[in-house]
Amino acid sequence: MSDAPVTSNLRVPHSDALDKAADVEGRSLWQDAFRRMQANRAAMASAIMLIVLAVVCFVGPLFVPWTYEEIDWDLLEATPPNFELKHYLGTDSLGRDMLARLLQGGQVSFMVGILATSVALVIGVTVGAMAGFIGGRVDQFLMRFVDVMYAVPLMFFIIILMVVFGRNFYLMFLAIGFVEWLTMSRIVRGQTLTLRNKEFIEAARASGGSTTSIIIRHIIPNVLGVVIVYVTLTIPQVILLESFLSFLGLGVQAPMTSWGALIAEGAQEMEITPRTLILPAVCLSTTLFCFNFLGDGLRDALDPKDR
Amino acid sequence: MSESFLQVRDLKVHFPVRTGGILIGQYSPLKAVDGVSFDLNPGETLGVVGESGCGKSTLGRAVLQLIGATDGTVSWLGTDLTSLDKKELIAARENLQIVFQDPLASLDPRMTAGDIIAEPLRNYRPAMTKAERRKMVAGMMERVGLLPRMINRYPHEFSGGQCQRIGIARAMILHPKLVVCDEPVSALDVSIQAQVVNLLMDLQRDLGLSLLFISHDLAIVRHISHRVLVLYLGRVMELADKASIYATPHHPYTQALLSAVPIPDPVKERAKERVLLTGDIPSPLYPPSGCVFRTRCPRATAICADEVPQLEQAGAGHDVACHHWNT
Repeated sequence: MSDAPVTSNLRVPHSDALDKAADVEGRSLWQDAFRRMQANRAAMASAIMLIVLAVVCFVGPLFVPWTYEEIDWDLLEATPPNFELKHYLGTDSLGRDMLARLLQGGQVSFMVGILATSVALVIGVTVGAMAGFIGGRVDQFLMRFVDVMYAVPLMFFIIILMVVFGRNFYLMFLAIGFVEWLTMSRIVRGQTLTLRNKEFIEAARASGGSTTSIIIRHIIPNVLGVVIVYVTLTIPQVILLESFLSFLGLGVQAPMTSWGALIAEGAQEMEITPRTLILPAVCLSTTLFCFNFLGDGLRDALDPKDR
Repeated sequence: MSESFLQVRDLKVHFPVRTGGILIGQYSPLKAVDGVSFDLNPGETLGVVGESGCGKSTLGRAVLQLIGATDGTVSWLGTDLTSLDKKELIAARENLQIVFQDPLASLDPRMTAGDIIAEPLRNYRPAMTKAERRKMVAGMMERVGLLPRMINRYPHEFSGGQCQRIGIARAMILHPKLVVCDEPVSALDVSIQAQVVNLLMDLQRDLGLSLLFISHDLAIVRHISHRVLVLYLGRVMELADKASIYATPHHPYTQALLSAVPIPDPVKERAKERVLLTGDIPSPLYPPSGCVFRTRCPRATAICADEVPQLEQAGAGHDVACHHWNT
C-alpha cells in the first residue's frame, strides 16, 4: 500500500514506546493533552509554581504566629523584618504582620481569579457556542442581550448588586464573572461561526449527532485553544478589577485584604517602606506570569497539530 | 427491483439569494437542484456527473436531508425523508451515510482516528462498551486498509488517501444501506484514486450497499457505476445504464462531456472529433427559459427556448431530456 504508516514520530519521544505498550488502546484528547503538557517545561514549572503558591496561601496562615487582622500594639508602625518578634517580613504601617496579610491577600486574589473566571468561562462558552452554532433567532436574541449587557456600566451594575443583595464576598466573584463573560461569548461565537460550515460538522450530523452532542464533542474542543488564551488574559484582568473594587470599598473589606489592595496601600508608602509595595507586587506578578505561561502551554497541548 | 428502496421525485433545492433592495432585501431563488427524479436499487451504484456548480453535491446532501429540500420527495424504504422531524431523521440516518470530497476537512482535527470512526457507534449504539467499540473500530480500520495501531493518530498525521479511508470507515461502520459519495476521490492523486474506488467497490460487494457516486470524472464513474445521471444546472439531462450512455449518448451535453475525456493514445486523441461547447455555464439565478442547455447547445432551435424538454425514453432504461435527441 502506498500510504504505509509512519512508524516514528521524532517530535514526541514517548510516542513509539506508548504505541507499542498500548497498541490499540484508545486515548482521549485530554490524555494526549496532558502528555504533551508534561513535555512543556515552562508550562509545567508554572503549574507547579501556581500550586505551591496556592497551597502556601491557603495552608500557610496556620503556621504564621500572627493573623492578618492582629495589630502588634508594641510597634504600631512599619518595621523591617524582625525574627525575635516573629514578624518574618516585618509589619505594615499599622503594625500588622506582613506575611500573614500577604498570604490572606493571596487567598482572595486566587479565589477571585479562578472563581470569577470560571463563571465567565461557563456562561461565555455556553452562550457563545449556542449563538454561533444554532444561529438565526437564537443568535440574534443572545447577541442583542450581550449588547445590552455591554452597555450597562460595570460600576453601576456592581453597586446595584451590592445594594440589593448586601455585601457578600462571593457575590463579588459572581458580579465580576457576569461582566467578563460578555467578551468570552463574542469570541466563542466568532470561532463557532467559522467552524459551523466545516465539513466535519456536516459529517457529524450525518453520523447521527444531535445539536447538543455536536456542540459538546466538536465545537467546544475546537474553540478551546482560543478560549484558554483568553482565560489566561482574563485572570489577571479579574484580579486587578478586584483590587480596584476593593480600593473603592466595594470589594473585600478591611481588615481583609487582597494583593491588589496591598499594592494600593504599599504604593502610598513606597518612599518610606518600599517593602510593603514590592512584596505583594512580586507575588502578583509571579502569579500572573505563571498563568500566562500555563495558558500558552495548555493551548499548545490542546492542539494536536502543534506537537 | 424493489420499488421503494430510494425514490427521488421532483426534488428541488432552492437557496434564497439577495439580489437587491436596500432595507428590505429582494430575494431570488437560486435553483441548485430543480426537479430531479431518479430511483436507486439495492446494491446499485448511480453515478452523478456534471460540471462544477451544476448541483451534484447539493443533490447528494438533499437526498440525506443535510440540506432541506424546497419541494419534492425523497422516499427511503417507503418513508418520505422530507416529512420527518429531527428525531426521526436522526434515526433514519443510521442507514444513510456520506463520504466527503475533502478528506482532511471532513475529519475533526481534535479527534483521533479511532474516535472519528467510532462516532456513529456512539450515536447509534450507546449500549456498546468501550472494548466492543474499540474492537469494531479496529476491525473496520483493517477492512479499509489502515493499521489498527494508528487508532490514536490525529487526522493531520495521515496522508490524504488515509484520511479518505478514515472517512470511508466512519461511513461504513454501521453497515448502512446507502452511502452518498460526494466526489470522494477528486482530492486524491490518481494512484490513490484507484485504490479508494476499488475499496468502495469491495465494500459495496461485501456489504451489499447502494452508492450514489457523485463525480466529475467520467472515467471513474464508468468504472464504478451501474447507471449514470447527467446533471446540468440542477436538471437531469440524461439518465441511462452505463453501457448504453457511454456507447450511445443521446443528449448533446452528454456527447460533449464524453468527447472531452482524453483517450490515452495520441493518434486516436488527435483524430477524435470533439464536440466543443462555447460559453460558460449560465448563472443558476437566471437560468435560460425552456431547455437550460439551449444557450450552449449546437442543436438548439426555437422550440428549445419555449418548452422545457421532459425526460423521454430513448431505449431500454435510457431516458433523455432533449427535444432533438433523435434527429
